Amino acid sequence: MENIQERETLKKVHDFFKKSKDKSEGNNAFLKKLLGNNNLGDIIFERLTLFFAVLVFLLIIFMGWEMYSSSILSIKKFGWGFITSSTWDPYSQVFGALPMIFGTLVSSLLGLLIAVPLGLGVAIFLAELAPDWLEKPLSFLTELLAGIPSVIYGLWGIFVLVPWLRNTVEPFLQDKFPNSPFFQGAPYGFGMLAAAIILSIMILPIISSISRDILKSVPNSQREAAYALGATKWEVTKIVLRNSKSGLLGAIILGLGRAIGETMAVTMVIGNRPQISASLLDPGYTMASVLANEFSEATSDLYLSSLIELALVLFVITIIINIFARLLVWSTERKWKLSSS
Amino acid sequence: MKLKTLSIIFLLAGIFVASSNAQVKLTGAGSTFDYPIFSKWFDTYNKMTGTQINYASIGSGGGIQQVTTGTVDFGASDAPLTEEQLNTFKQKRGTDIIHLPIIMGGVAITYNLSSVGQGIKLDGETLADIYLGKISKWNDPRIVKLNPGRNFPNKAILVAHRSEGSGTTFIFTSYLSKVSPEWAKKVGNSTSVNWPVGLGAKGTEGVAGIITQTPGAIGYIELAYAKQNNLPYCIIKNKDGNFIDINFNTVSEAAAGAVKNMPKDLRAVITNADGKNSYPISGFSWIVVPKDIKDLTHAETLVKFLKWAVTKGQADATSLYYAPIPKQVQILDMEKINSITSNGKKL
Repeated sequence: MENIQERETLKKVHDFFKKSKDKSEGNNAFLKKLLGNNNLGDIIFERLTLFFAVLVFLLIIFMGWEMYSSSILSIKKFGWGFITSSTWDPYSQVFGALPMIFGTLVSSLLGLLIAVPLGLGVAIFLAELAPDWLEKPLSFLTELLAGIPSVIYGLWGIFVLVPWLRNTVEPFLQDKFPNSPFFQGAPYGFGMLAAAIILSIMILPIISSISRDILKSVPNSQREAAYALGATKWEVTKIVLRNSKSGLLGAIILGLGRAIGETMAVTMVIGNRPQISASLLDPGYTMASVLANEFSEATSDLYLSSLIELALVLFVITIIINIFARLLVWSTERKWKLSSS
Repeated sequence: MKLKTLSIIFLLAGIFVASSNAQVKLTGAGSTFDYPIFSKWFDTYNKMTGTQINYASIGSGGGIQQVTTGTVDFGASDAPLTEEQLNTFKQKRGTDIIHLPIIMGGVAITYNLSSVGQGIKLDGETLADIYLGKISKWNDPRIVKLNPGRNFPNKAILVAHRSEGSGTTFIFTSYLSKVSPEWAKKVGNSTSVNWPVGLGAKGTEGVAGIITQTPGAIGYIELAYAKQNNLPYCIIKNKDGNFIDINFNTVSEAAAGAVKNMPKDLRAVITNADGKNSYPISGFSWIVVPKDIKDLTHAETLVKFLKWAVTKGQADATSLYYAPIPKQVQILDMEKINSITSNGKKL
């Protein structure tokens, strides 16, 4: 008897929510229609905001088109050879961007390799384990890292990180792994390793703060359910992590996007040498660094055009990565909406 | 309310001041190397004559581009225009461009080798082979031979160079191309080249940073920077076979040595110049202007300033660690400046 009553109440509650939801959706559409048709001010307002939104989109299209048309000289001259050849010689006017593409991707991925465990660790601690009084100041501090201008990271790199790598870390690595191809060559301090470490520090706040938000968006009911079944903190964290997997991947890729575009700090420590080398101690070059370095003094049309093509390559890579990240984040959000309804 | 009226008054006052001072403003763009002396010149000249000159130190390449498109009145470059650039200029502007050597600079070869001290002696071939990667240790017999009585450590040489295009690089690679056929063939002479070895750093301060930070490093930087920061530098063997210390006199001497063979358009690259005391890694910096300037007032103002800069202005050079252009070159400059026309008419 009681059971039936309870079920009835539950059904009522459920129906109530369902109805109110339908109603609110109906209301919304009704409101939209009403306002859209009658109020001139609102029409203007709507059109204006639409215009701004479209403007951003057009701006990106325009930038891409502008870069393409300005680099037509180099595209015609080198074709696909531009991204497959590795000679960058302004004197002989031969331009191949492979070492820069390599340098950009490798330094960013290495930076990611260091930043992901750190960033996720910070995020898990902040979202799952830290007491309130510790969470606020710690989140603030990690986000503060994102606000430091990159030239300051670069200076810190030159004066602190590079000497430390040269005198301590790199000799140690060479001593421990004398035959590894990754640690060959003279330890200058400047090079791929320094760039990767600087990048990892710079993208850490992005990864940790987005990851924290994503972990926090996992419904508390899941944690409560797990705790109710007697799970430990570690087991609960595992469940939360599994459920926010693709969102975390999105956060990581946003960090990667930032690393790929980073210019100043990397330029200051990477050694600026267009070469492809397996050794992390060797200098390298990134696309953004080339642009920062050589754009102002590009003396011939072909040189300038090649630099703009390099910018186009960087632009396309960054866009692809950002779209990929967005899609991943959206897919988690949708999953949550589906599973909660 | 009061605040509003006040601000309106200020605004009006501003407009009046601006309009009463409606003089010609000149604009220039280019070389970062020239920027310190240009700022000094423009400031002094403004106080003297009221003429305002705005200069954007965006790099020599950018300066050449802007003067070619006509967005600025003059460009400044540490490398003369190439034939290709000369043709483009002629096509776009319908007139020739004039090169005016305006100031001189020397390139110091600086290093970090505390156990050896100041003034290591080098000659051109040795320097070129260091930059080609053929000499890679400081105790290489060729370096030791040039420096009798000095003890060199068995230390790897780290070559540092500019990563961005630069007039300093142009002067340096011009010297290496003249003294080393291999360099001329493999690398060449340009504002930026494909370096066989070494680390690139942005700006003079970047190269100096690598050198001061890394024991065993060698690099080339402007004389001013080396002197201001008390960096040790090499003594270089010149064409006449003398080892020459870098200073204002030896740099100016290089120009004097080159005057005899000065090309008509003054695009003289004076590295490895003749002359007993000439420092071999020296160069001019040029102001480049169109030969015919449409706007008469701009033409007149610019010509007046240029005349002042190549004569009286030179007195400011040494205090800012530049070398003044020698008298003979000043005379050539004046001839060129006097040939500037406006719409075909002499000024």
